[in-house]
Amino acid sequence: MTEFTPFVRTDMLEQREPPAGQRGIILWARENLFSGPMNTALSLIGLVVILWLASHMVPWLLHGVWNANSLTECREIITATWGPDATGACWAMVRERWHQYVFGFYPMDLYWRPTLAFVLMLVAIAPILYQSLPRQMMWFTALYPFVCYWLLWGGTIWAPVVVLMGFGLFALVFRLLVSGLGVPVSAGLGLVAAAAWWLLVQTPLSAAIHSVLPVGLRSVDSDQFGGFLLSIVIGVTAIAASLPMGILLALGRKSDMMLVRTLSVGFIEFIRGVPLITLLFTASLLLQYFLPPETNFDIILRVIILVTLFAAAYIAEVIRGGLAALPRGQYEAADALGLDYWQAQRLIIMPQALKISIPGIVSSFIGLFKDTTLVAFVGLQDPLKGITAVVRADINWKGIYWEPYIFAGVIFFLICFGMSRYSMWLERKLKTDHR
Amino acid sequence: MAFVQDTPKDSFRLGMLIYDTRYRSITIQVIVLVLFLAFLSWLVNNTIENLAAKDRTFDFGFLWSRAGYDINQTLIPYTNDSTHMRAAMVGLLNTLLSAFVGCIIATFLGVFIGVLRLSKNWLVSRLMTVYVEVFRNVPVLLWILLASTVLSETTPAPSDFRVTEAMQAAGEQPKAHMLFNGSVAITNRSMNLPAPLVEHGLPRLEFLGLSLNSNVLAFLIVFGASIYANHLLRSNARRVQEQTGRRPVTWWKSLAILLIPSAALLFALGFHLDYPVMTKFNFRGGMELLHSFTALTLALALYTAAFIAEIVRAGIMAISRGQHEAAAALGLRPGRTMSLVILPQALRVIIPPLISQYLNLTKNTSLAIAVSYMDLRGTLGGITLNQTGKELECMLLMMAIYLTISLLISSLMNLFNRAVKLKER
Repeated sequence: MTEFTPFVRTDMLEQREPPAGQRGIILWARENLFSGPMNTALSLIGLVVILWLASHMVPWLLHGVWNANSLTECREIITATWGPDATGACWAMVRERWHQYVFGFYPMDLYWRPTLAFVLMLVAIAPILYQSLPRQMMWFTALYPFVCYWLLWGGTIWAPVVVLMGFGLFALVFRLLVSGLGVPVSAGLGLVAAAAWWLLVQTPLSAAIHSVLPVGLRSVDSDQFGGFLLSIVIGVTAIAASLPMGILLALGRKSDMMLVRTLSVGFIEFIRGVPLITLLFTASLLLQYFLPPETNFDIILRVIILVTLFAAAYIAEVIRGGLAALPRGQYEAADALGLDYWQAQRLIIMPQALKISIPGIVSSFIGLFKDTTLVAFVGLQDPLKGITAVVRADINWKGIYWEPYIFAGVIFFLICFGMSRYSMWLERKLKTDHR
Repeated sequence: MAFVQDTPKDSFRLGMLIYDTRYRSITIQVIVLVLFLAFLSWLVNNTIENLAAKDRTFDFGFLWSRAGYDINQTLIPYTNDSTHMRAAMVGLLNTLLSAFVGCIIATFLGVFIGVLRLSKNWLVSRLMTVYVEVFRNVPVLLWILLASTVLSETTPAPSDFRVTEAMQAAGEQPKAHMLFNGSVAITNRSMNLPAPLVEHGLPRLEFLGLSLNSNVLAFLIVFGASIYANHLLRSNARRVQEQTGRRPVTWWKSLAILLIPSAALLFALGFHLDYPVMTKFNFRGGMELLHSFTALTLALALYTAAFIAEIVRAGIMAISRGQHEAAAALGLRPGRTMSLVILPQALRVIIPPLISQYLNLTKNTSLAIAVSYMDLRGTLGGITLNQTGKELECMLLMMAIYLTISLLISSLMNLFNRAVKLKER
């Protein structure tokens, strides 16, 4: 009888790799692209679409010409280099005209001013975008509108300084009276004092100081603004002004006061019911009827005001959604703590409502920035239609169409896409629920 | 025992108007009312002064005077002898046509893209993401301008289609050919399509000052009636199915009900297609679809489709996994899970933002100004305004019309919301 010694493995085998079809890129492709007949068909169609696009676009992009002085010269270079049937992009137009796309007809020797204003703008909005930066930077942010106005439009420095003094006057009156009269009355009186300052003292005083101490920059007219300079001026100003106005309108719409509510609803529904173009035409055609005779104020300012009103109505609706999404308990808790209306809004309600409405607010901002192109229809030189029309009117660049639109479109895309990614980042950062 | 007496004293002091919350709201409303009325009267006063200074009046009488300009796309009869009012109507109909066609294309495309973006297929979902991001983040004006430029710059001139006798003799071919067996010609200003015509049409109906095409009306009535008959047939089949468990075969009956009456009507009216034919300089006959219309509608549809795709995606994703699992547990197949469980719930989420996208598209048709499409802004707010110089009246009327359209659509949306609202507790 032979004895069986059972085989007992003492050491483990090395783990073997899965078969070739079950690992790596093949597995991934099988799972994600070819998991069934339907999926395979879709993948193939997708591939055909990509190949078709690539076969048209890649040679066109690769054959791009940067050094030429006209479209015909571009075409000649492409034919000479790549053969008679080749097509190619003529980026030479961008090289020659980029400054018009960026600055419009702003005087060339003064390009440093908008550039500096743009860099300072990045500094000014940094503390708003990133909470980790020192809070003292907010002082610069508050001053920035005046600096920017002076840099872009030029003129005497005393005009923005005297306007700023109006805010100082408001703060002074408020400080002096608030202990005796309380917040509402002293704020009201401060506002009256500041309004009187701006309406009555502003112009003569700045002229007087300027005659004594002439400090200033060469002034630039509004019709010389154009391109992305114009889009960013209108877009950023309207964005900054429409958020507070939208918050006030949303609060007005939720107010218990019948009259305030009716006016807010009427305003919001009217603005949302008409296309932006009609409002822009109002700015260019109708304001001359609505304002006192002989007032003639700047077209860019008029457009900014109307665009701000337009955006504010949309933002008000977004914030109203945020307010409605807030549980009633939050309002009641704020009341239970004994906070008054504005304290409750500032400390409890708004921080939460705004957080909920971040995606909506940012998409309104993106829409607003895209809509700045519509100012082309009231005679301003926006980068899409205005400047492109100027370029295409030049005999050298007649008939060029893909390149200018792609150039302007890519810049718009980068800005808008950046804004939407920032809002997603902010949303994740502010998320407090643990789901 | 001491009670804290905190009921306010009855005596009224002036300060309570500001410091007492019971009276403060009245104070604020009075101040707001006074400021609002002051602002309004300031505006009206300025307007009256300005009108007087320009020696103009404020009246809408000009709407009934002769317009004197031509419109290149008219859905209702219009000549340059018609009134400005008629021109505005033509413009309004053009606006509505563009909005309607745009909404339909955008919906189909948007649903298609939104569903494919959720696909498990990596390549397809990425492609759709790229589409959505590219179209959402670039101004719609760019798409309109690009569509219009590409349509007009890459297509042949009408003269390229011409075949002269000399060319025939030499056996040469013209530079450009008509598509679809000689029925469609795309030139650099329009698309020439076959036009549906009737041989012995019914007379036009005059109704409340409107002139209606009774052929179209008759067709719509017959087609609507056959849809209703089909609905009756199907509900009858459902009843039979519920009683006996066996569903009668209906497909050939409903096909017959849907097609035969309309086809019979078309035959009776002598329906035929009128093909565009190249004459000496341009195409004659057929139907001319202007590139301005195509570019505007197509660009708006492509742009809005990106937003609709996001709405559809969000709507489907808003339905919790439990609903899928519950439907699977009931033994429903994937197709029926989608149509019976997921979609009815997703639609409740999808429809309100979808309608506001329709609203946006309708308002964006005013960008027709970029391609010189004669919409409401092009007629009433464009040529009429410039010819008559009645800026105030034209702009106010135009805003009122747009506002009416918007309010109509949003009140429809409110009705729908009320109908599908979850009935809770």
